[in-house]
Amino acid sequence: MDGGAALEFRLDPASGVPTSQQLVQQVEHALRLGYLKPGDRLPKVRDAVASLAINPNTVLKAYRELELKGLTEGRPGQGTFIKATLNRVGLPELTKLRRSLLGWVSDADTVGLDADGMAALFASVVRDFAERRSGGAVAEGSERVA
Amino acid sequence: MSVIEANGLGKRFGSTWALRDCSLAVPAGHVAALVGPNGAGKTTLLNLAVGLVTPTVGSVTVLGGQAAGSPAALDGIAFVAQDVPLYGNLSAADMLHLTRNLNRHFDQRAAERRLAELDIPLKRKAGRLSGGQQAQLALTLALARRPRLLILDEPMAMLDPVARHNFMATVLTTAVDEGVSVLLSSHVLAELERVADFLVLLSHGRVQVAGEVDELLAGHRVLVGPAAEADRYAERLAVVHARSGGAQAHLLVRMNGDAARVPPGWDAHPVGLEELALAYLREPDAAALPGPARRTVTAVAG
Repeated sequence: MDGGAALEFRLDPASGVPTSQQLVQQVEHALRLGYLKPGDRLPKVRDAVASLAINPNTVLKAYRELELKGLTEGRPGQGTFIKATLNRVGLPELTKLRRSLLGWVSDADTVGLDADGMAALFASVVRDFAERRSGGAVAEGSERVA
Repeated sequence: MSVIEANGLGKRFGSTWALRDCSLAVPAGHVAALVGPNGAGKTTLLNLAVGLVTPTVGSVTVLGGQAAGSPAALDGIAFVAQDVPLYGNLSAADMLHLTRNLNRHFDQRAAERRLAELDIPLKRKAGRLSGGQQAQLALTLALARRPRLLILDEPMAMLDPVARHNFMATVLTTAVDEGVSVLLSSHVLAELERVADFLVLLSHGRVQVAGEVDELLAGHRVLVGPAAEADRYAERLAVVHARSGGAQAHLLVRMNGDAARVPPGWDAHPVGLEELALAYLREPDAAALPGPARRTVTAVAG
């Protein structure tokens, strides 16, 4: 569809994630995995609209959010380009982390924790860690009133 | 500028009101969806906007205050009616010729280019084209008039999934390329979530919801909490629709910009367009218009 673009968007209607968020997440995901790098061009708004049959304002909203996050920049008349990269961890480090996590998973399995239980525990620990690092503040975006 | 503005608009056929007390303003630059069950008054509202029927009471203007049906209004609007208005015995080329001669503005080259892109043979009779091709031909004729407002009545009802996708892709790229505002009616909610950024919900001849989709979604939440407390909180929350099982209740509420309304121990979840529209359609007395509205809980088993 869009010859010069480094990425082709896709949508998952069953995900329940708002369309513009899906576009943002796909760009972030591609950045984390190294498929996108600084200087790469995202699909033009018109081409994304034509290939996905979605509202143009949805694409504009996603591109605005990516720019606000400092990941992309709009160049007038040329399109939207990747500016930054998400702090990518090198392959050796990732391999090492993966190996130590595998040990943890094996331990969890031994005491009878299933895959869902491991995922929940992992997510919970990551959340606690982030909260502790940000000075014990309540996580942003939570609307729950205790 | 409003592409459509109605004030106290109503239309009666015989003794039946097809549309009542309709006050509404749809701003320019949107793809607006007109949603409602069969018989809600969608087609009547669209026909009033293009001047095909005249109001019983009230008024309707288009494109920044032009009277509906006036020559200036007609020049700026293209309308594709529900039954794909083509002459089955005329070829695609004849349909172009006819439409060009019936209208003041008609971009013949753009129309021919679009039909070539779509692989629609100019010599084939309109009645021999596939359903998707007929819809695209009708859309091509409408867009060749270079409208500022494109009105589509149930454009996707007769189309298969691929034809729907292609049809909407054409409509939406035209909105990008030429800044055309779009108003389309439909009762296929799931498809509108991706397409529309402005929602007008009609039910029983009345406007129930009108507003930008982002604002509507931001202004509503589903509250989940103990069923035993649901009645108590429903009294002071703007509950649109309530579902309650034995232990847990789901309340779709209008937040009115007030996050503190979430009761202690309840969770607030974001809501999608389809869920929002369904909740309102199930509660015809609820409304999300500028102004208050409140509902009491109706418990549903299970």
